Amino acid sequence: METVHLKINNTPVEVPKGYTILQAAREANIEIPTLCYLKDINCIGACRVCMVEAKMNGRPMRSLLAACVYPAEEGLEVFTNTPAVRKSRKLTLELLLANHNKKCLSCAKSTTCELQRLAEEYGCDEDHYKSEPARYDIDELSPYIVRDNNKCIQCMRCVAVCKNVQTVSTIGAIGRGFNKRVGSAFDKSLADAPCVGCGQCVVSCPVGALKEKSNEDKVWDAIADPNKKVIFYTAPSIKATIGESFGMPIGTNTEGKMAAAIRRLGEDVTVFNMDFTADLTIIEEANELVQRITTGGTLPMFTSCCPGWVKFVEHYYPEFTPNLSTCKSPQGMFGAVLKGYYAQKNNLDPENIFVVSVIPCTAKKFEVTRPELRSEPDYDDVDVALTTRELARMIKRAGIKFTELQDEDYDAPFNKATGGGAIFGATGGVLEAALRTAAHTLDGDFKKVDFEEVRGPEPIRTVTYEVAGNKITVAVASGLGNARKIIEKIKSGELDCQMVEIMACPGGCINGGGQPIQSDSVLNTVDYKALRSKALYDYDKNAEFRSSHESPVIKMVYDDFFGTAGSERSHKYLHTHYVERGHEYK
Amino acid sequence: MAEKNIQPFHETEEQKQQLIEVIDRNKTQPGALLPILHEAQEIYGYLPIEVQQRVADGLGISLSEVYGVATFYSRFSLTPKGKHRVSVCLGTACYVKGADKVLAEVEKKLGIKSGECTDDGLFSIDSCRCVGACGLAPVMMIGEEVYGKLTPAMVDKILDKYIKEEGASK
Repeated sequence: METVHLKINNTPVEVPKGYTILQAAREANIEIPTLCYLKDINCIGACRVCMVEAKMNGRPMRSLLAACVYPAEEGLEVFTNTPAVRKSRKLTLELLLANHNKKCLSCAKSTTCELQRLAEEYGCDEDHYKSEPARYDIDELSPYIVRDNNKCIQCMRCVAVCKNVQTVSTIGAIGRGFNKRVGSAFDKSLADAPCVGCGQCVVSCPVGALKEKSNEDKVWDAIADPNKKVIFYTAPSIKATIGESFGMPIGTNTEGKMAAAIRRLGEDVTVFNMDFTADLTIIEEANELVQRITTGGTLPMFTSCCPGWVKFVEHYYPEFTPNLSTCKSPQGMFGAVLKGYYAQKNNLDPENIFVVSVIPCTAKKFEVTRPELRSEPDYDDVDVALTTRELARMIKRAGIKFTELQDEDYDAPFNKATGGGAIFGATGGVLEAALRTAAHTLDGDFKKVDFEEVRGPEPIRTVTYEVAGNKITVAVASGLGNARKIIEKIKSGELDCQMVEIMACPGGCINGGGQPIQSDSVLNTVDYKALRSKALYDYDKNAEFRSSHESPVIKMVYDDFFGTAGSERSHKYLHTHYVERGHEYK
Repeated sequence: MAEKNIQPFHETEEQKQQLIEVIDRNKTQPGALLPILHEAQEIYGYLPIEVQQRVADGLGISLSEVYGVATFYSRFSLTPKGKHRVSVCLGTACYVKGADKVLAEVEKKLGIKSGECTDDGLFSIDSCRCVGACGLAPVMMIGEEVYGKLTPAMVDKILDKYIKEEGASK
């Protein structure tokens, strides 16, 4: 490998040719601040915060260099902390602040905002340059994402992730000069755009220009209402991420503390384990796959647990909606189980049950509003979907010391689940859980439970398994750009498989649009997706039951209510249908 | 920023075929979007959402990318232009000679703002920067006709001529 030698702050550094100054500095443990740079996603040298001074062959270079894009060259001497550098960075930050609606006290990103952090580090005066009054309407019409362009610093990270990673590109730069802004075509609301709601833009935003549409107040109201029975359930990935909101290390499993904290949000709050409906999804989906294979149904079958992916198919590949499994997502199934089975068993009026799902995702906020998801025509099965971030805020507001809590179990009867349910939160997990159950169905003596071939981190995995004489080929991807590649391969005939698992967010739900937002220094240097996934796979490894069909809760709900997988009752409560939306704006 | 002057989109079959031909002719070359938008504006007079969506689909890119380019260059218009295009020069010479007051008078007379088109589709107003007739400042153009040494008081009479013409031809 060809390398280059340079000096950064007088320290000799040797790095591979092709590295930028920023990458070289990080090798040497020298921090250069960035705002628009996002590793592997956005590298455009736009924000001018990463400026450094340099000499080439002993002669000072004429102007400062943008470290994120300037290549590390042989003989270059870089200086990251000089009066000129500090002055330039401070000037840039103060100009950004002049055009930024500084409602920092009430901002959802306060204390985690990258601009706020740098402004403090560089001693900026936020009023050094006269500010323009806020001039853009806040777009809060979609059920998932709120955009406030008065806070946008035009780093283009959201645009880059939407276009390059998700290949959806519903947002872009609009206009020019002082009127430049980020938004959907014809300045339409996200609600009218063919946006899939994945929320990757939200977790990419360094400031508070993007946030989830908050539903916390609705939940507080329900908790305070004596006529409502409030039931929470938490998605598989939340246990691996919510600790980050309370300063715990990335990848800490906090399931017990989380259950304890939710129970303390108010009197008589019930908390269930959504890993149970992940198991339920597997039972129904494995059955559906066998049905499709044996009766000549549409193949390959696409998983349907990820609402961002489902909406992507509806918008961009509507001809493939018959490939989507008719199974509701675990979130949808749990709502139906609670307002159907649980209400009946406990003599409760379904309209008095207030169902709150805690999910890692903004797209699931859209999913709960889908009329197709209703088991009965009069009410939604799930009342509110809360992101991990919203739940963390509620716990803080309730004055609960999360890190000090003793572990507690979920409430019965939906407390027990399997490792198969838990790994739903990571890319490949749904397929692995399905394989465990499908292989057992086809061959009772099949012992393998670890299907490591379908786990990350390669973006697209295709594996063929042989079970009881049957060959099953499966494909897995996360990130919608990779999903698009798989669909195109299926269209061209290059890929012939029986089942495809897609999660819209890179790495799966552990990196969902509703998860705690890490700072740039973590996003750009730490493999946080791997750490979060590991928490789920460790949980699986130590689980009492590994495969969904072994769960005693699953046995209970089928014996009590659903009968068998794919029964008429299962179809009423656990299955759904889709809408061919097309990619035009409303 | 809200959309101005939303009028229903109409196109002739001929316009549609022309646009399809333009897209087909350009789409394989790199940077095809800009020349396609130029020709599309020639065909339709402006770039409504229907036209931009067809360009996006033809090139396999998103509508927001097309819109980004269409709003970056002031040469492109998102609103229809009138049969008579009134263009008031706001270049330096005209401006110091009071072109802003002339523009205000034109806007008042026609009841629309710069960048807009009247509901009957007869007049649209734009501002421009220097038509090369600084000696006649302040200047405005209506179609290809140049009117110089203007005062706000003259605007009424000039526009009336066009309005009368239109009335007679109806």
